[in-house]
Amino acid sequence: METSLLTFLIVNLIKIVVVVVILLMEVAYTVLLERKLVGRIQNRWGPSRVGPFGLLQPLADGAKLFLKEDLMPLAVERPLYVIAPMIALGCALTSIAVIPFGANIQWHGVDLFQISDVSIGLLILLGITSIGVYGIALSGWSSNNKYSLLGALRASAQVISYELALGLALVGVIMRAGSLRLRDIVNVQTGHSVLAFLHWNFFGGFQFVAFFVYLMAAYAETNRSPFDLPEAESELTAGYHTEYSSMKFAMFFMAEYANMITVGCVATLLFFGGWTSPFGHFLSGSGPISIALFSVFWFVAKVFGFLFLYIWVRGTLPRFRYDQLMGFGWKFLVPVAIANIVVTGLWMGLSLPAR
Amino acid sequence: MHLALFCIFGALCVAGALNLLLQRHPINSALSLIVVMSSLAVLYLLLGAEFLAAAQVIVYSGAIMVLFTFVIMLLNAGREQRTHGSKMAWVLGFPGAAVLLALLADIFITHSGDFHRVQAGEYVVNTAMLSGVLFRDLLLPFEVTSILILIAILGAVALARKEH
Repeated sequence: METSLLTFLIVNLIKIVVVVVILLMEVAYTVLLERKLVGRIQNRWGPSRVGPFGLLQPLADGAKLFLKEDLMPLAVERPLYVIAPMIALGCALTSIAVIPFGANIQWHGVDLFQISDVSIGLLILLGITSIGVYGIALSGWSSNNKYSLLGALRASAQVISYELALGLALVGVIMRAGSLRLRDIVNVQTGHSVLAFLHWNFFGGFQFVAFFVYLMAAYAETNRSPFDLPEAESELTAGYHTEYSSMKFAMFFMAEYANMITVGCVATLLFFGGWTSPFGHFLSGSGPISIALFSVFWFVAKVFGFLFLYIWVRGTLPRFRYDQLMGFGWKFLVPVAIANIVVTGLWMGLSLPAR
Repeated sequence: MHLALFCIFGALCVAGALNLLLQRHPINSALSLIVVMSSLAVLYLLLGAEFLAAAQVIVYSGAIMVLFTFVIMLLNAGREQRTHGSKMAWVLGFPGAAVLLALLADIFITHSGDFHRVQAGEYVVNTAMLSGVLFRDLLLPFEVTSILILIAILGAVALARKEH
């Protein structure tokens, strides 16, 4: 069905607003989830006073950050200091635009569960991630503070190094799918039997090596523990956001959690079959509405699993030392990722009939 | 639509390039260069080169320019003094640039029939087609180029090694 430009614009605007609002709510509640889980890991309760089970804590946090005084230190580089958190948050929110979070259901010719279905979706994600570094780098430099600068230098060196491993880890998956479009990558992994999860790239595609490289590189890329050296409290006060207060600080925080969610979405799409049910037609719905609900349910469940893993790792593992971090990235992850590409290539070359 | 996008990003590109030259602080110049690179990526996208556009953002705006800003931060470079430029640039540079412009304009006007006109947005080269050209039709030049880059890396490592 041909869509008019007006419907296209209106539906897309609504989609963007809905996705951004849901993402920001998800960010707020991921913070609560993290505080709760880390609390349990450390044998305490975590937030429990505001609302039932502390469920209103994110609202209280948001109100507190809004009402705080927005300090502007005198010695900062003025425009860059203000722009840096916007770059960080802007890039974090933009990258969700190419992610499909449900089955391909069309309404008046517009895809309901994806903002834009781009043929180079995966590359766009990588591009936006690489631009996002500037938020951290510029914030550290423009703060005019040695701790901030050290944090920013660590962040940029770390992100550049691990971006390489991240990109190489994805090549195996792209080779199997033969496409950079995220929907195609998911469609390769769908099966119809009850054991459909064996078609996932993680199991069936024999890409679990790539998955572990991706997972570790992604932790480093989002500056999360055990790779959170840019904001190591014990050495750098708070790293690159030492000088920031109020909503500017909150923007860095939101960017970090939005990036976590994006990384979880990408891992789900590339290695765990995206929105498809792990049991084939079982629990995947029959009518259009139930298909939509089930696909979103599976997607959210898988992404939630990743967020849980993130927090679990943070509560469990100690921080790396800086030289260990660099050595691990360059001497272990990159060679393993390259070996994975070679093995995947051989596997495909030997198993597929010659074209 | 394509024309409007071309005008916007072309103007952004030129403005970024001018700002790069006029800024006195190195970090502002580096940031303008990022704007130039990113708007070039959009122009590539308008011409249908989707992979080139993504690679431009990932490699140039991402990795290489991060290294630039990294070095500027590490050296803590301050503001530059504004000078009148070297005399050679005034004497040779402007006439040279004018001659080059005239030559190029002459060639483009007289041989305009020989070039293929490319219109923005009429044709998309997808990544599969590009890889077919790179890894099948032009495999040897591609591999030779990669060996050339490898030699450059080896040279850099040899230069950077400490004497024992």
